[in-house]
Amino acid sequence: MSNPLTREQHLELYYFMQLNRQLEERMVRLFRQNKIVGGLYSSLGQEAVSVGSCYPLEKKDWIAPMIRNVGALLVKGVPPRDIFTQHMAKYTSPTQGKDGTSHFGDLKVRHIVSPISMLGDLIPVMTGVAMAGRYLGQNIVALTWIGDGGSSTGAFHEGLNLAAQQRAPFVLIVENNQWAYSTPVSRQVPVKNLADRAVAYGIRSWIVDGNDVLAVYNASKEAVDECRAGRGPALIEVKTMRMRGHAQHDPAEYVPKQMFDYWKARDPITLYEKYLTENKIWDSKAKAEIDARIERELDVEQKFAEDSPMPPPELAEEGVYCDGCHEIEAAWQRPKAEVMPPRCSIEPGWQVKDYGSYAEVEAITKQIAAPVVAGGGNGSKVAKPVVKSGGKPPQKQQPRLAEPETPDIPRVPFGRGPKDKSVRETQNPRDRHQNPRDKRGRR
Amino acid sequence: MAPITMIEGIRQAMFEEMDRDPAVVAIGEDIGVYGGAFKATEGLLAKFGRERVIETPISETAIVGAACGMGFLGLRPVAEMQFIDFIACCFNQVTNFVAKSHYLWGAPVPMVIRGPSGGGVHGGPFHSANPEMYFVHTPGLKIIYPSTPSDAKGLLKSAIRDNNPVLFFEHKFLYRRIKEEVPEGDHLVPIGKAIVRREGTDLTIISYAAMAHTSMEAAEQLAKEGIEAEVIDLRTLLPLDRETILTSVKKTNKLLIVHEDTRTGGIAGEIAAIVCEGAFEDLDGPIARVTGLDTPVPYAPTLEERFLPNTEKIVAAARELAKY
Repeated sequence: MSNPLTREQHLELYYFMQLNRQLEERMVRLFRQNKIVGGLYSSLGQEAVSVGSCYPLEKKDWIAPMIRNVGALLVKGVPPRDIFTQHMAKYTSPTQGKDGTSHFGDLKVRHIVSPISMLGDLIPVMTGVAMAGRYLGQNIVALTWIGDGGSSTGAFHEGLNLAAQQRAPFVLIVENNQWAYSTPVSRQVPVKNLADRAVAYGIRSWIVDGNDVLAVYNASKEAVDECRAGRGPALIEVKTMRMRGHAQHDPAEYVPKQMFDYWKARDPITLYEKYLTENKIWDSKAKAEIDARIERELDVEQKFAEDSPMPPPELAEEGVYCDGCHEIEAAWQRPKAEVMPPRCSIEPGWQVKDYGSYAEVEAITKQIAAPVVAGGGNGSKVAKPVVKSGGKPPQKQQPRLAEPETPDIPRVPFGRGPKDKSVRETQNPRDRHQNPRDKRGRR
Repeated sequence: MAPITMIEGIRQAMFEEMDRDPAVVAIGEDIGVYGGAFKATEGLLAKFGRERVIETPISETAIVGAACGMGFLGLRPVAEMQFIDFIACCFNQVTNFVAKSHYLWGAPVPMVIRGPSGGGVHGGPFHSANPEMYFVHTPGLKIIYPSTPSDAKGLLKSAIRDNNPVLFFEHKFLYRRIKEEVPEGDHLVPIGKAIVRREGTDLTIISYAAMAHTSMEAAEQLAKEGIEAEVIDLRTLLPLDRETILTSVKKTNKLLIVHEDTRTGGIAGEIAAIVCEGAFEDLDGPIARVTGLDTPVPYAPTLEERFLPNTEKIVAAARELAKY
């Protein structure tokens, strides 16, 4: 029940979430003034996910944000002006106007890999980052996000499987915001929880309330620590809600009004403000100071962006190749001799521990099931979305591995139709089969 | 030094570069214990260990994606496609992520994707492809397609040291059919430079990979008929060596382009455009081409022979062109 964060850290979480929101609200206004060149994708309602999951990372760790992870960029130290200028296609933006939105990175200082629009691709890339970091002895963790929609791509599977096979120090945040553009989760996947997919990769997973920043932080911290200790990769599904359309042009009329109402009452910033007040971590003066600071900073940053020039046309022809403009040098944190002959040489060969026969199924299943006991988790408890924890110290989220489908798991109120019989029918037989502790599936 | 095969040249390049630089790692399917489907990585695991010879599941997207991520941290991964046909499985990762990173956000991706390509060994439609032009159309990549053991070794070493993503096509017909002495020491061949394999005055034949050899055979045959063909081996398809192409055409005034790749959208069209832009007034005849058919590569030997260019087809086209 104890919460290791200091008062300053608590306030910093609020600062980043509010900065995230106010920055995006300003961009909505800029969009309406035709100052945003392309699309504008809002993370309204998802600030706790971006901020809470990035906050446990150290400076040396790597992230690759998705389009709705502006909050993570801010936590990583990206100044708001970079986000303004990117959207306004200014020459002063990190990509000098060559790409927009949060499509930019920083290899050297902040360790950010730029996303691309093809979903899932970041998972193998960040797996490679994690593997390289381990190889170089840097003891880093690589973290990226994927939406409920992106979790259906082939790259998601290939990447996660490789990460698991390599035991890469890699954390995947599955940001379930209930909607892939206009398609609800129930129309995308036949599983109840996206975290259930972790079972297929033999990796640990958590499900947390994505609107509770401390819950997201705690689970992420644990996952990051696990990975750093060599027990990666890890997957965290956060249940949250996209409170606007896919992008600014989309009024999201396909979302039931009651669904918006339900989630609006669970706004992550309002919940956290309440938590800070009830636990006497701040008072109204402290809040006013932070809010004023955010306004002050954003005024300066926005002005910088608005005053910045567009890129000169001839820039379009530059930079296809790296012709010595970048120095490529790996940052070795271990002696190179360890990976050079003769010290690196090993006996080539495999050890095959079993023959893969049907007769061995039971023994293998026991091996997989073991970590559930070790984790001490009761699956039915951890799957419960903690929707009201804003006023209480957050509960530690238990890691899951191969969760059983028990009838008393409360359904997520929205985003998965409890009345959708086809989902239940296709799901149940498979769940039995997947559940290592359920003998019925095999006999 | 004893003559070596192309596969041995590739193997030597891998050994030498991994010995020289601990940032160089190999990643791919079955490249370790088994030594790769064509044994291009045989012995690497025993010498460099599992940390540097990374065996993966069958996941081309993950292989290229992970190699890209390693490149961001300053490693120089060499990813193997078991057959280059399977690069289609990771097309998005290559063309959208790897190729665009430097242009868009200044992130160089120092990696190589190498793999056996081409027909003539009855591999069938999914083990014989020449998919180079999908990627020649992608800014940000470099495309190498060597024809000799010496070039294969020297160009692969250069590719590994290059700061850009390089696709390295290895024609499997050539893997063990030709032998050549390779220069001793740190043998590097520059990327982006074509080579004149045979001097001539009557017409220019431009080709690459296995067809460079077929073109040379055709040129010898043409010489017996009194037609002296100049043969250019492109070696690098992207960036293309315009200078060597234009210099030769200005000298011979006639151009025949030969490639094994399918006809429509093959590199012959691009070269023809370059010549029209840069040496139109030097041309004494139409630009001719001998290419693979606009079909998949068929399996049966009779069908595949029909598909592929050969010496007779090249000689016939050159004779026609020489008449102008």
